[in-house]
Amino acid sequence: MSAVFPKWTNRLPLMILTGLVLVGGGVVAGVWYYFTPKYTRVGYQPLQPVAFSHKVHVDQLGLDCRYCHHDVERSWFSNIPSSSTCMNCHNQVLKDDPRLALVRESAATGRPIAWVQVHKVPDYVYFNHAVHVNRGISCVECHGRVDQMDEVFHAKPLSMAFCLDCHRDPASFVRPLDKVTDLAWRWSEDPAEHARQQQSQGRRMVEHWRIESLQNCSACHR
Amino acid sequence: MATVTSSAAVPVVPKELLREPLVTNNRTPGWISDRVASLIEGRTPAWWWVAFIPSVLLAALLLGMLAYQISTGVGVWGNHHPTMWAWDIINFVWWIGIGHAGTLISAILFLLRQKWRTAVNRSAEAMTIFAVMCAGIYPAVHVGRVWFDWFLFPIPNSNAIWPQFRSPLMWDVFAVSTYFTVSLLFWYVGLIPDLAVMRDRAKTKIRQFLYGLFSLGWTGSNRHWSNYEKAYLILAGLSTPLVLSVHSIVSLDFAVSQLPGWHTTIFPPYFVAGAIFSGFGMVLTLLIPLRRWCHLEDIITMRHIDVMCKVTLATGSIVGYAYGMEFFIAWYSGSPYERFAFINRALGPYWWGYWIMIACNVVFPQLFWFKKIRHNLWIVFILSILVNIGMWFERFVIIVISLHREFLPSNWAYFKPSWVDIATYLGTFGLFFTLFLLFMRFLPMIAISEVKGVTPHADPHMPEGGAKGGHH
Repeated sequence: MSAVFPKWTNRLPLMILTGLVLVGGGVVAGVWYYFTPKYTRVGYQPLQPVAFSHKVHVDQLGLDCRYCHHDVERSWFSNIPSSSTCMNCHNQVLKDDPRLALVRESAATGRPIAWVQVHKVPDYVYFNHAVHVNRGISCVECHGRVDQMDEVFHAKPLSMAFCLDCHRDPASFVRPLDKVTDLAWRWSEDPAEHARQQQSQGRRMVEHWRIESLQNCSACHR
Repeated sequence: MATVTSSAAVPVVPKELLREPLVTNNRTPGWISDRVASLIEGRTPAWWWVAFIPSVLLAALLLGMLAYQISTGVGVWGNHHPTMWAWDIINFVWWIGIGHAGTLISAILFLLRQKWRTAVNRSAEAMTIFAVMCAGIYPAVHVGRVWFDWFLFPIPNSNAIWPQFRSPLMWDVFAVSTYFTVSLLFWYVGLIPDLAVMRDRAKTKIRQFLYGLFSLGWTGSNRHWSNYEKAYLILAGLSTPLVLSVHSIVSLDFAVSQLPGWHTTIFPPYFVAGAIFSGFGMVLTLLIPLRRWCHLEDIITMRHIDVMCKVTLATGSIVGYAYGMEFFIAWYSGSPYERFAFINRALGPYWWGYWIMIACNVVFPQLFWFKKIRHNLWIVFILSILVNIGMWFERFVIIVISLHREFLPSNWAYFKPSWVDIATYLGTFGLFFTLFLLFMRFLPMIAISEVKGVTPHADPHMPEGGAKGGHH
């Protein structure tokens, strides 16, 4: 046979194979990491028109979530409080603080503050806050420790797989109704004990509250 | 083996059936290599450019049409309710059907030890691959949202959803992608010894490098050939059920539905027969001019044409039987919808489509019964084109005529293609011929090593005559 290729090309098949495995593995790993909501959504923290701190209001002052987001138990939509809610306190607290100028102006003129929405699901997803809150799903499951956030960021991926993880196994996530807004709440300080209780109590709650673990299309994509 | 006689007499060689040899004019192996390689090594013939330039322009038209359709929406086609499938699926099935003759020739005829396949298998396989490429475009772009095509593949994703494995359209994805991959592998495995021939003949460094690269260090040793033959046989054995199942799966797109005219159990074999019928039509359409222009008359002989005409006749008759059986069952079923569907085919607003189909697929191929016709290349060429037209109309009849008048009369409508439908279809011809012309300029159009195997020279028993022999 004519010597078309030099001798070192004997190693070429191995090199090509290794290269393919590396490139293929790299592409899969890269897509897995960088192209899923775990990366593309988690950590999203837009600049808000008013630097509202949940940490101050919840952690420091002890406000319940429902003081501001008061429709969350009644409506599919968890409302953003209007400026008048802010002014309940801020007409006296920090009443001349320049950081609150926009809030005062909004309350005076009635023109709403242009808050930037952080948690957005597409329009073809019909998410209902009330049904979740009334069946023992805590705010923390989807929004993370908002009580610890100075400014809100996207803590959970909110992908369909994320929703289905819970819909397929609600017992691992439900909690007593009066603890829904208590973001730090655990069954026990001991993690093993917490997990045990969550399973046994969770299963009981799912049964008693008749939680249907809906996984059909029309549950969300109506 | 027969027992060896103890007598010293020369063993009596059994008398061969007197058949026309597969390579005429007693051409030598060297001549075959020179002849086939000259198509690549010689100057580009003028007719090649005459064919190539319009093909590339048409392929560009295809790109333009796809860009227009994807950016504007599938509504640029003539499809509407109730005819939601029309030229997109007609052309998909048509191109996939064209591709089936290639695998039939390479795989099924290989298993049946049909030595005449050697002269036509390479170009038929190339035809398969390019036809499947043209076909594969349609399932990808006939959807409204092309960018979600990847949902069709069972990939773990952050939606935690999988495709519906009950849909024949889903099976299409697997059938067509497997078919394409296996056809490509089969074609490539067949090419390896010939690429080595081209490597060894190469005059320029670039050619030597490229043919050398793709021939994967083939030396034609005994061990190479032994493994090669086994691999080829296995691939042929795998491709045979594949070719039968792929077009069956395509037929299930229709047969699985409930529509009168579609919901028929005869579809899988009938579609396969039609596919082979149309595929052979296309092989004839391509090879009759090519054997003349490329001076391959001694390799693709009249016997090859004759045999292909016979296969066309046989499959065309199966298709004709299926048409008759569909009508019989429509009457026999007693279902008013089914009866109406078939009366509507023959006498409804698209009566002309139905009768073009019957004329081209059932009536004209019957002329192949006559040897005179099978040996008149002009008539064979024209009939082969009529077969392609007829088989396009078969898909038109099945898809459009069944859809446009279905259960509810309030759903009835008349389908007309838009100019985009037509231009896209023309464009796929551009893509097909561009690829085919490139193939014949850069790769051996005839399987050199296999044709050498069927020459008298390769016959260890009869070095001087007879058409026996061959390495398989």
